[in-house]
Amino acid sequence: MYRSAKYEEPLLKDLESSKEKIKFFDKVPKSLKRKKKLNLPNLDETQVVRHFHRLSQMNYGIDNGIYPLGSCTMKYNPRICEEIANWDKFANTHPNQDLSTVQGNLKIMFELERMLCEITGMDYFCLQPAAGAHGEFLGMLLTRAFHEKNNEEKRNEIIIPDTAHGTNPASATMAGYNLTEIPSNKNGTVDLDILEKTLSDKTACFMLTNPNTLGIFESDILGISKMVHNAGALLYYDGANMNAIMGKAKPGDMGFDIVHLNLHKTFSTPHGGGGPGSGPVGVNIKLEKFLPVPRIGKKQDGTYTFDYDAPDSIGKIKGSYGNFSVLLKAYVYISLMGKEGLKQASEIAVLNSNYLKKKIVETGKYEMPYKDIRKHEFVISCEKLRKEKNVRAMDVAKRLLDYGLHPPTVYFPLIVKEALMIEPTETESKKDLDKYIEILLKIADEKQEILKNAPVNTPIKRVDEVSATKNPILTWDMI
Amino acid sequence: MKFIPNSSIKKGLLKEINLENIDALFSDIPKKIKIDELALNEGLSQQEIEQKMRKIAQENKTCNELSCFTGGGIKPHYIPSVVKSIISRAEFFTAYTPYQSEASQGFLQTMFEYQSMIAEITGMDVANCSLYDGVTALSEAALMCSRVNRKKEFLIPENISWEKKSVLKNYLKGPDIKITEVSYDRKTGKIDTGDLKKKLTSDVSGVYIENPNFFGIFEDDVDEINKIVKKAGALFVVSIDPFSTGIVRTPGEYGADIVIGEGKSLGLPMDFGGSTLGIFACKKEFLRRMPGRIIGLTNDSAGKKAFCMALQTREQHIRRGRATSNICTNEGLCALAACVYLSWLGEKNLSNLSKKNFENAHNLFEKICSIKGFEPVFKGDYFNEFVIECPSDSLKINNKLIKNNVQGGLPLEKIFPDLKNCMLFGVTELHLKEDIEKFINSLKEV
Repeated sequence: MYRSAKYEEPLLKDLESSKEKIKFFDKVPKSLKRKKKLNLPNLDETQVVRHFHRLSQMNYGIDNGIYPLGSCTMKYNPRICEEIANWDKFANTHPNQDLSTVQGNLKIMFELERMLCEITGMDYFCLQPAAGAHGEFLGMLLTRAFHEKNNEEKRNEIIIPDTAHGTNPASATMAGYNLTEIPSNKNGTVDLDILEKTLSDKTACFMLTNPNTLGIFESDILGISKMVHNAGALLYYDGANMNAIMGKAKPGDMGFDIVHLNLHKTFSTPHGGGGPGSGPVGVNIKLEKFLPVPRIGKKQDGTYTFDYDAPDSIGKIKGSYGNFSVLLKAYVYISLMGKEGLKQASEIAVLNSNYLKKKIVETGKYEMPYKDIRKHEFVISCEKLRKEKNVRAMDVAKRLLDYGLHPPTVYFPLIVKEALMIEPTETESKKDLDKYIEILLKIADEKQEILKNAPVNTPIKRVDEVSATKNPILTWDMI
Repeated sequence: MKFIPNSSIKKGLLKEINLENIDALFSDIPKKIKIDELALNEGLSQQEIEQKMRKIAQENKTCNELSCFTGGGIKPHYIPSVVKSIISRAEFFTAYTPYQSEASQGFLQTMFEYQSMIAEITGMDVANCSLYDGVTALSEAALMCSRVNRKKEFLIPENISWEKKSVLKNYLKGPDIKITEVSYDRKTGKIDTGDLKKKLTSDVSGVYIENPNFFGIFEDDVDEINKIVKKAGALFVVSIDPFSTGIVRTPGEYGADIVIGEGKSLGLPMDFGGSTLGIFACKKEFLRRMPGRIIGLTNDSAGKKAFCMALQTREQHIRRGRATSNICTNEGLCALAACVYLSWLGEKNLSNLSKKNFENAHNLFEKICSIKGFEPVFKGDYFNEFVIECPSDSLKINNKLIKNNVQGGLPLEKIFPDLKNCMLFGVTELHLKEDIEKFINSLKEV
């Protein structure tokens, strides 16, 4: 069982720093000359290494154990992907090098685009976005460009279901759209009647995750697609849950016009404590001409090139060509897995999720509202525990930490009370799943006092997040 | 299967949940869209993929194989082994965004330290723990200005990269914020303060400058600029090169309200332009309007010091459509690299590094200008990038240089038609004397 180290590691600035005399440099313009010492500690390399090493021992990663955050797809990150991305031949290349000297990089990007097209059923891909939300934002820009081109600027409304990820509404409003949120039906899926009533000649796009955040596949997807397109709107696919359907179905075949993927979820590039990620965007042919530049082209002689000649392109949404090092890892991952491997990843991700779900729900200790058949993730409710002994979902989550396990996503999606959203992924073994089940069930029987006081085995006890917002201390100068 | 332990016990697991076959789990997918398989290749073994990638890698030339003197942002810098070693700690790189503070104290503390050091080198009160890159950081800064003062016009220098202009246009389109360009002084290469005054009306939300600017030149009229920006009731946004901070005073000292920058050079390889690190810092009074994740110091229930994500109520996972930004995944590990790098350097080495960048650039500048036909373009003082007018078409010169494995400067004519035959050169501490000599000899040849 995982146990965190418990150091009282001082801040960098409180480590013993050598006093250095600094001669201020006077060749810069007088008005810009630095006259004040920089307040950065002067440390020995050993101090630096030990400091960060100790801190790493108080941090839980997927290599420490199961990390079943719903909609986050925390799967094992193969080491070979890391190693290759670190090769000097790739890492030490400049974005403005002569294209004849970066043909390897271009080949990887070109082929990765083709792979992602095949997996999603889209016609074209753009690798520029740095994260899923960045991809959503690009999707919204493409939506706007599309409607403007058709002289339909009046379409200023985005529809999302109430189960949508928070980034969907945030990306839509950032792109200047008005939002309409529609409630799910009793099955936890899109309510077709409400959708139909909500769609109008003002609708620009309907954003959907499929399977949705409850882990339920939207079986009416073809009807939804027809309805949205009949209204003249576009259909957007949030690819956060793509790990459920690789090799089983393609968003393109479902009728989606725009798709974003999270390479740091489905394609196993590490999350890095919150990035770098990559959120490529795929489109069908009617949106192709609006995609960002440069597009990667292949010439007749087999060489690759960047194409900037695209008059309807929206331009750029990030510097250079995207998070290339992440693209590279995903390319290696997809090549390793191949068509069978990716399909099997989705199959076992869904199987693991359903196994976990059944073993937990059949005990009656946690409830699962909405439809039974789930994909790669499911959402259970701690409402029963709340009613019985005022134990909240967060208490259960914190207690899991005491057993050395990472909790699921809590309090999301918002339509499930006291929600625990669980996504085990395909890289966990039965033994690990069984352990998780055993502990979750055990926690449900534990005394309220224990759960309210959890965690106790972590380096610190439960954190006061409220005062971190009320009285923010955000740098060491503010202490 | 390689990373799928339960693939060998599929049948057993299916039996446990009373299903006959795996298809039962996908019965809710309409038949019409169900597929049997993807048209991709068969999977490779690890040995095979390694061999394949080695072959592809041969199609690249690294900046060790080339001498690279391209300016315009990203440049090769030295990366200490310590940084690579720390960011390869799996506890860090395989972790998710630190939602569960008690299991993420290590990463949270490093982000707090990163924020503290960014605040120090920018002269700001607070910093967030990263945005995507310096380019999108500018866009987020422009959006933030309008959130703060509700005005709808943003001023930028004419001489910034076209990438930044393009990204900015896309980010400001939705909220309908007007972008106005301020011209640069053709003699000095600095911002034309006369033109700035003219354009700086009371409708302007923010004024952006880069220091050093896109031509590598120091904007030394900053005190005057700050005065007129503040007088017009606008916010002052400054972009820095972190490598210059050892020798120049911080934008905070000359009145900036928001400071941004590209932090990739702080301990990360060039990676063909990404992964990147967007630096973003501001004055305390604007804190609640700031985009991105922020880490704070607080207490645990026993009163012990503890870190957690602070001000989450501004963020998309809580506030949804009314969030200050849609940022979720940021560039956490890149911020960690910058944190390790800055602590490895310390005050003294950062100061020396800034000097070295400055000196190497001035050394190369003089050598290039001593070649017949190569002329300086601007009179302004510069840091580690500079513009040179070449005797002939700069693209052609670069085509010849690359045959000698030399990557020349960034041709500027396409972006700035005024600057015919001009190139932007960039130099860092990594360029040794012999690199510079090799480069000069190749230039002479062409």
